[in-house]
Amino acid sequence: MARSLENLQKQYNSAASAGAMGGGPGRGPNFGPGRGPGRGPGSGRGPMAATNSFQGKPADTKGTIVRIFSYVGKYWKRLILVLLCMLLSTAGSLAGGYLLRPIVNHIADAATPAAERVAYLGGMLGVLVGVYLIGIGGTYLQSRLMIGVSRTAIQNIRDDLFTKLERLPLKFHDNQTTGELMSRFTNDVDNIGLMLDQSLMSMFSGIINIIGTLTMMVITNIWLTLITLVFIPLFIFSSRFIIGKSRKYYAAQQAALGAANGYIEESVAGQKVVKVFNHEADCVEEFGLLNGDLRMKQMKAMFFGGIMGPIMGNMSQVSYALTAGIGGALCALGRFDVGGLAIFVNYSRQFARPINEISQQVATLFSALAGAERVFAVMDKDPEAPDPEDVQRPERLRGHVVLDDVSFGYVPGRTVLKHISLYARPGQKIAFVGSTGAGKTTITNLLNRFYDIDSGRITIDDIDIQKLPRDFLRQNIAMVLQDTHLFTGTVMENIRYGRLDATDAEVVAAAKMASADSFIRRLSDGYNTVIEGDGANLSQGQRQLLNIARAAISHAPILVLDEATSSVDTRTERHIERGMDRLMQDRTTFVIAHRLSTVRNANAIMVLENGEIIERGSHDDLLAMKGRYYELYTGKSELT
Amino acid sequence: MKWSKYVRPYWKYFVLGPLCMIVEVLGEVLMPLWYSRILNIGVENHDVGFIALTCLLMILTALLMMGGGVGGAWFGSKAAVNFAADLRRDVYAKVQQFSFANIDKYSTGSLVTRLTNDVTQLMNFVNMLLRMFLRAPGMMIGALIAAIALNAELARVLAVTIPVIALVEFLIIRVGFPRFTAMQQRMDHLNSTIQESLTNIRVVKSFVREKHEDEKFARANQDLKDAAMRALGVVIFMLPMMMLLMNLTSVAVIWFGGRHVIAGDMPLGDFNAFITYITQILVSLMMMSMLFMNSSRALASSKRIREVMEEKLDLSDAGAAHKDARVARGDVEFKHVTFRYYKNSENAVLRDVSLTINGGETVGIIGSTGCGKTTLVSMIPRLYDVDEGQVLVDGIDVRDYSLYHLREGVGMVLQKNVLFSGTIAENLRWGDENATDAEMIAAAKSAQADGFIRGFADGYDRELEQGGVNVSGGQRQRLCIARALLKHPKILILDDSTSAVDTATEAAIRESFKNELRDSTKIIIAQRITSVMEADKIIVMDDGAITGIGTHDELLKSNTAYQEIYHSQVDGKEAA
Repeated sequence: MARSLENLQKQYNSAASAGAMGGGPGRGPNFGPGRGPGRGPGSGRGPMAATNSFQGKPADTKGTIVRIFSYVGKYWKRLILVLLCMLLSTAGSLAGGYLLRPIVNHIADAATPAAERVAYLGGMLGVLVGVYLIGIGGTYLQSRLMIGVSRTAIQNIRDDLFTKLERLPLKFHDNQTTGELMSRFTNDVDNIGLMLDQSLMSMFSGIINIIGTLTMMVITNIWLTLITLVFIPLFIFSSRFIIGKSRKYYAAQQAALGAANGYIEESVAGQKVVKVFNHEADCVEEFGLLNGDLRMKQMKAMFFGGIMGPIMGNMSQVSYALTAGIGGALCALGRFDVGGLAIFVNYSRQFARPINEISQQVATLFSALAGAERVFAVMDKDPEAPDPEDVQRPERLRGHVVLDDVSFGYVPGRTVLKHISLYARPGQKIAFVGSTGAGKTTITNLLNRFYDIDSGRITIDDIDIQKLPRDFLRQNIAMVLQDTHLFTGTVMENIRYGRLDATDAEVVAAAKMASADSFIRRLSDGYNTVIEGDGANLSQGQRQLLNIARAAISHAPILVLDEATSSVDTRTERHIERGMDRLMQDRTTFVIAHRLSTVRNANAIMVLENGEIIERGSHDDLLAMKGRYYELYTGKSELT
Repeated sequence: MKWSKYVRPYWKYFVLGPLCMIVEVLGEVLMPLWYSRILNIGVENHDVGFIALTCLLMILTALLMMGGGVGGAWFGSKAAVNFAADLRRDVYAKVQQFSFANIDKYSTGSLVTRLTNDVTQLMNFVNMLLRMFLRAPGMMIGALIAAIALNAELARVLAVTIPVIALVEFLIIRVGFPRFTAMQQRMDHLNSTIQESLTNIRVVKSFVREKHEDEKFARANQDLKDAAMRALGVVIFMLPMMMLLMNLTSVAVIWFGGRHVIAGDMPLGDFNAFITYITQILVSLMMMSMLFMNSSRALASSKRIREVMEEKLDLSDAGAAHKDARVARGDVEFKHVTFRYYKNSENAVLRDVSLTINGGETVGIIGSTGCGKTTLVSMIPRLYDVDEGQVLVDGIDVRDYSLYHLREGVGMVLQKNVLFSGTIAENLRWGDENATDAEMIAAAKSAQADGFIRGFADGYDRELEQGGVNVSGGQRQRLCIARALLKHPKILILDDSTSAVDTATEAAIRESFKNELRDSTKIIIAQRITSVMEADKIIVMDDGAITGIGTHDELLKSNTAYQEIYHSQVDGKEAA
């Protein structure tokens, strides 16, 4: 039962992938990194669809420009040089063009002796070569200098953005998909780069070119200039018209493309399910609808993107024809020189180019500014609050943790934890048991201040954790998180992430403690095996063991194990038990586990339900209580 | 594969496009010629009438050229877009035909790239080809002929310049290409660094490694900048270099041509036209080098698409003997089945497995990760073909069923659960598109999903996002089970499909299976021993072989592996 096109568009458009394909107006095969295909992972899915980045006009244009300029402003000396070079290069090409006039006039001047004319020709050509060289040198220097400035600026913007992202609170990251943030780097920063590399320069040089050419035209022949002037509004009007159209159709195409790509991505990722459900024909039919829609829209977009060149180019051919005709007539009547005509005709033919270029760059400029605005919006977000003035920093922490009447909600008004009070003496093991969503992970996230509590107090060694430097606090809590994340690099490097100055021997010791040593040694390069793509080449259980080793190597007195062994099969778990016991020895440990067998030997077990502790005590206490824990344990009731 | 299949239906556009472009090329060659006639005849003879006429002719030519250009764009985009859309449709359809083994060969990302980027790449190339392929060489040849016709001797300058320019372009491309590749690699590296730091943000923060990550990023960023500077350096060098060569050529032409004019054996108009032709030749030379650069990219894309299109489907029901057969009872029999994923590998994933399951039985499969449980059950709906031996369903070899009927009869919940964009109801109806609301709700109830679905504001109409990320892991698994239940399969396979579901819910699901799927064969792969304890038959697997079959009590007595698993999970409770 295939869905309708309308329905499909609605469902897949929000997930339209931005900039997954090139091929719109103003995106020629120019330089600028990463414009082409395969621009790296996560090609920016998220609500920031291409339509947005293309059409979006920045709200505070002035402020954004000033801010971009602050990145290039410190190179103002070089920028002035760039401007000078640009003038030089334009002057060179205009003068080179103009020199043709005396040359043509002289060689055509039958009154002068031939030898003299040849000598003149030689001399003038010498000058011409000089002028050309100066102009070309200017062109080269100008791009060379500008590229240096713009690439450095882009590098700095990227650095600033990344540094900022690393310091934004988790609340920010919770609400952003990785793809969305990635598109800040890929689409938006790239667009700024494109603007700095190209657009600004070609706009400036275009303007200089127009002014220069016009001046030269006026100097050469004012009447013929008037003909060209008549064409200017025509140029501007038609290029505006075409750009407006192509922008509209381009946006429609991007939306259709986004929907088709979204559909492809989803159905290919779920291909095996499609097959198991005999759903292939439906998929082909639904995709056919999206593909057909894309076909219609792409055709229009490509057509309007493609007629800019021929229309503008041939319009200047018309003006060329007119100048040639009228200029020729003037020459025939003796009112104009042949050399003047020769260069004027060249000028008029080149005249459309800068206008053309400027109108194309306007689009790039706007999308760059819109991108810059989004980048700066991220940079302006508040980072994690700085440590307070009266910060306390003890020599070391022992790990006496107390939660006193703690309440917390991720969103104001929706309390996830209600009036939690508990304590853990140094070296004790506290376990949390409860259904998904009961608030177990949340408690541990409050300990290291991933989130700040709404009311109540958390102290470690009688110091309020708000008063501890945040870095110091986190260094003292080793966490093994539910989601096992690894970094690209060797196994050794991944374990050492827990303590950067650990020796190789210490890494091996930590791996042994986590019972990871034996499987590591069986990897192709042992500890030097490179883990790629978040450890896709390892099983989930192996990744968990590495995570445990990473926590084991840190000297933190507090340890949090959040479902640390959930994917390790139960037989293996038994084998690593002893290592885990050693790991937890002398550390205050908080354990979250689904399997009740893993929490039995805890000093205290907290049974959580809906953000409240409903039972607490040792395993035996809780069994004797014959309450919820007892029911769970004996199987009379189970976790929901 | 034949590319002509995508050209033939649109051959008119493929012909008309280049034809239109030829109009433009002809115009471009003619324009300087008209112009030279204005100078040579009109100005020379002071014939204003002739000039006016020629001028009109030129305007007309320009308008024709515009028409040609617009027409070329129209036919070019029609040809290219239709070509691409048909290709995209076929590649997609081909992927739909892929067997599991075919799918395993490619990563999802690479298939998606082929369907999106590579097709677009080819589309742009076809468009460019139609508009430039004839144009650039056409303009060059036309201008060359015109130049030689004007003055063959002067045209000899080109014999020197063209090879020099071609050589320089060749060198630049050779130096530039690897540099651009290097830049792209650094770009990818930077992106994966960002992505990794962002997905691992909790790890970074909990170990206070922000500075460490900053440094790592700064290094990648610096690397990228260096590579970009090196690559862009080539472009920066190329443009002025080309300008220089072009300008020097025209200086040479002016020098030699000028002397001809002075000597009186070349009219001034010809001289002017000649200079224009030289420029045209050089510009078309640059255009061709660009075409060349782009075609290498398109070639790579076409190779990747061809790879998909020519992928041999290793599983087909073309030769099935009982195409009309449907699964009726749900008996399953394995006869000496051996299977390998990599056919040249020594280690078989299943080794000589024999097994009988009767219709309506509940069978549990247990064993450590990687022992072949998933592979074993994959043989039943014929997701893979056995290398040796036979798998029979209702006494018929699975290879003799039509794939459609076989898979209709076998419901399977995969380990990697996937839901699709759309409402919950739409997702559940994958199992049976004609199911009534009541049937759908009944299936959801059996899978213990009805409760939480009703908890959503819009209930069964709740929109799921791509991959079903807006429901929890346990909810997703239950939806997947409901989806499979709606199929009313004769054989239901659950591959570790309740791992994120709480034990109580799981027990409820098992209970409803007992009541509502009484006649269906139920095969359950599980980690938890409680999930399979009550099964009629439990299969213990180790390293591709069955090491024990029996009921819970039998295995507990006789099978050491089973005992170990049991004790690792249940010991605590015994003690209590």
